[in-house]
Amino acid sequence: MAVRVQEADFDIAAEIAALTATDRDIGAVVSFTGLVREIAGGGADQRMTLEHYPAMTERALAEIEAQARARWPLSGVAIIHRVGPLAPGDNIVLVLAASRHRHAAFEAAAFLMDYLKTRAPFWKKEAGASGEAWVDARESDEAAVARWG
Amino acid sequence: MQVLYFAWLRERIGAAREEVQTDAATVADLVGELRAREPRYAAAFSDMSAVRVAVDQTMADMAAPLKGAREVAFFPPVTGG
Repeated sequence: MAVRVQEADFDIAAEIAALTATDRDIGAVVSFTGLVREIAGGGADQRMTLEHYPAMTERALAEIEAQARARWPLSGVAIIHRVGPLAPGDNIVLVLAASRHRHAAFEAAAFLMDYLKTRAPFWKKEAGASGEAWVDARESDEAAVARWG
Repeated sequence: MQVLYFAWLRERIGAAREEVQTDAATVADLVGELRAREPRYAAAFSDMSAVRVAVDQTMADMAAPLKGAREVAFFPPVTGG
């Protein structure tokens, strides 16, 4: 199990290598990387700040991982989420799901991201030319989680 | 108990955490007590559809009981990922 919250960037290839290093039974690894998007009209000096609830975050991510493992036969899972100041193009989050076969890995990666976006205590604040504002939650993210039943 | 605030709730209330002496039976009761304290609390808790809560680091709802709870956190809907 690898659930981490950190300010530093992550190395996707190194994380995949670490996840698969000791298990020769893995036939598929799906990775999802979330990036900071540029805001239209946000100006050249755009920034995003990620805040979280430290005492709760890793517990919430571990719970999401446990739910994924209960649904699919996974050989490995990694969730790494960055916090602190970020800029457009920066990595925000990495989810890895490893399994014997691709379908479980694809589905589990999508499930992990849908749950992370609606259940893990992170908040984004955007700053740019027009000032700063907390990002609003999207109803489409709740709809995405509902499809898993 | 410790009461924590995140994101715009923290900014509107002007504190990240505080010790609150309360006999509130539920989260909703605690919100009622906080609202009555000062206008900044009333402003932060004016639209409860925009507020989520965790009791002892687990997502809860406004009807959740507080008996034995040590930490209650208020925050907007999460926007990570």
